[in-house]
Amino acid sequence: MADPLLTLASVHTHIGQYHILQGVDLTVPTGEVTVLLGRNGAGKTTTLRTIMGLWPPSAGRIAFAGQPIGGLPPPDIARRGIAYVPEQMAVFSDLTVAENMTLAALAGPPDTARLEWIFGLFPALKKFWRSPAGVLSGGQKQMLAIARAIVEPRALLLIDEPTKGIAPAIIESMIAAFAELKRANTTILLVEQNFRFASSLGDTVAVMDDGRIVHRGTMGDLAADSVLQSRLLGLSLDAHA
Amino acid sequence: MSGIADTLLSGDLPRSRILTALLGVIVGVLALAPLLFDGAQAINTAAKICVFIVLAASYDLLLGYTGIVSFAHTMFFGLGAYGVGLALYGWGATWTSVAAGLALAIVAGLALALVIGLVSLRVKAIFYAMITLAVASAFAILAGQLSDFTGGEDGRSFRVPELLRPATLLFRLPLLNIDITGRTAAYYLVAGSAAGLFLSALRVVNSPFGRVLQAIRENEFRAEAIGFDVVTYRTLGNCLAAVMAVFAGALYALWLRYVGPDTTLSFGIMLDILLMVVIGGMGTLYGAIIGATLFILAQSYLQKLMGAAAKSTQGIPVLPDLLHPDRWLLWLGVLFVLSVYFFPAGIVGTLRSRAVTQEQLPKT
Repeated sequence: MADPLLTLASVHTHIGQYHILQGVDLTVPTGEVTVLLGRNGAGKTTTLRTIMGLWPPSAGRIAFAGQPIGGLPPPDIARRGIAYVPEQMAVFSDLTVAENMTLAALAGPPDTARLEWIFGLFPALKKFWRSPAGVLSGGQKQMLAIARAIVEPRALLLIDEPTKGIAPAIIESMIAAFAELKRANTTILLVEQNFRFASSLGDTVAVMDDGRIVHRGTMGDLAADSVLQSRLLGLSLDAHA
Repeated sequence: MSGIADTLLSGDLPRSRILTALLGVIVGVLALAPLLFDGAQAINTAAKICVFIVLAASYDLLLGYTGIVSFAHTMFFGLGAYGVGLALYGWGATWTSVAAGLALAIVAGLALALVIGLVSLRVKAIFYAMITLAVASAFAILAGQLSDFTGGEDGRSFRVPELLRPATLLFRLPLLNIDITGRTAAYYLVAGSAAGLFLSALRVVNSPFGRVLQAIRENEFRAEAIGFDVVTYRTLGNCLAAVMAVFAGALYALWLRYVGPDTTLSFGIMLDILLMVVIGGMGTLYGAIIGATLFILAQSYLQKLMGAAAKSTQGIPVLPDLLHPDRWLLWLGVLFVLSVYFFPAGIVGTLRSRAVTQEQLPKT
């Protein structure tokens, strides 16, 4: 396994009176795609939001590239090289596609070569470059949300359920785009419910339940073991093929 | 030609033919008002429209672009008016007094906006609105009670620099047979400054800074996650809007040659600018031009118009009573309800969305 880029040790998060994360231990290796699986309400989204600082941890340690980031404000975390793609097509609807992308380029205007690379991954964005993001289809909005996160090279991408509510044809092009990101050695922590999507991209996997990590291993091992899938996720790969 | 317009308007063109025509008529009439109209009421109305375009645009910067609901905007308007007015009253009718009064008002406005922003922009919108309401009320009471300094409820009348005095005859336009007086100079000072301030605001909202404000308005968590400090950006937006309101107040004082709580600090003015922005269209800036023009025209002429209408319908039962000039506020209310009903996104927002052609919409 590659060196860890992100480490969570005994991380707890409270939201109001609710104790959501109850001691999460997770390691995200550099240059790999780590998939976070689990049923609804297991704490996957809270884990991403806690890493991003949107819900600060109440206890535990979060380290990114060896430096503690737990409790830092979200802008500071983002500027350290972590990009977050929330679920539900999180674009800025009133801004154009171009403005959405430019907004996320914190170091200055987006690099032309990188933009061309992104257009190669998501051709629709080039076509609707000057259109308001609010009028894009659901799949195009999701592509824009991901493109915005990679408009500049980032050390780590946190991506929350990119296939949720997306048409199968778009999911196929998204798999191709993620495969390209993976070839470019991008480190990704991906929350996903679609097991076929997750298993086609993931190198390592962590399964959550009740605010804790209950399984860690390689994606290959989990994909090959239908009994383990059934026990951990209540599903089998065959059923979702 | 379109290149110049594009540069002047920071690439943010009206994007609707009807809107372009409406704006063209308003700007054209305002630019030529001293040459077109003879009576004092028409020029006063035109100058008031110019001042309120700036004030409403500055409030749109806050409400429409930053998503901040503030009730302290008239306080900054009042600061500008009192700053220039009291400086001219106390230090004499010179340009130095104008500059010093304006500078002091800007510093005070910036300081207040910064303090209010840093202290209260972390709280939820409703609490922020309440805090601004409390601060603005306290300021209005203070202005009324420090009567030795501010003139209290009566306010202060003052003289303006000679160039702006109505009695000053600058030159005569022989072809049109019109005297260009200090009053005309004062009007063009107000109109020119209003144009400059409006174009500056357009530049701000179309800059990268303006895009961040819009992103924060739409979803502050997403903006934070991208890397923007929401409180810092909102506070800067608050300060910019405050400075613009200070300028509007200073221009109004120079035009009226009077400053008092009723003309600058009343809660009624706050409601007026809120209505102007909502009716014109929030988050468009051009909405400030349309909203301020319609609102002030209605305020100034609806009563007269209704008087004429009541007279011409004398023979018809009920109608003359309904159209009696004393009921102008009722009809003003009806007009606003109708405008909100038929233009839910404001006049500019609705006209722009209607003008969006099918080619601009992506097909999936």
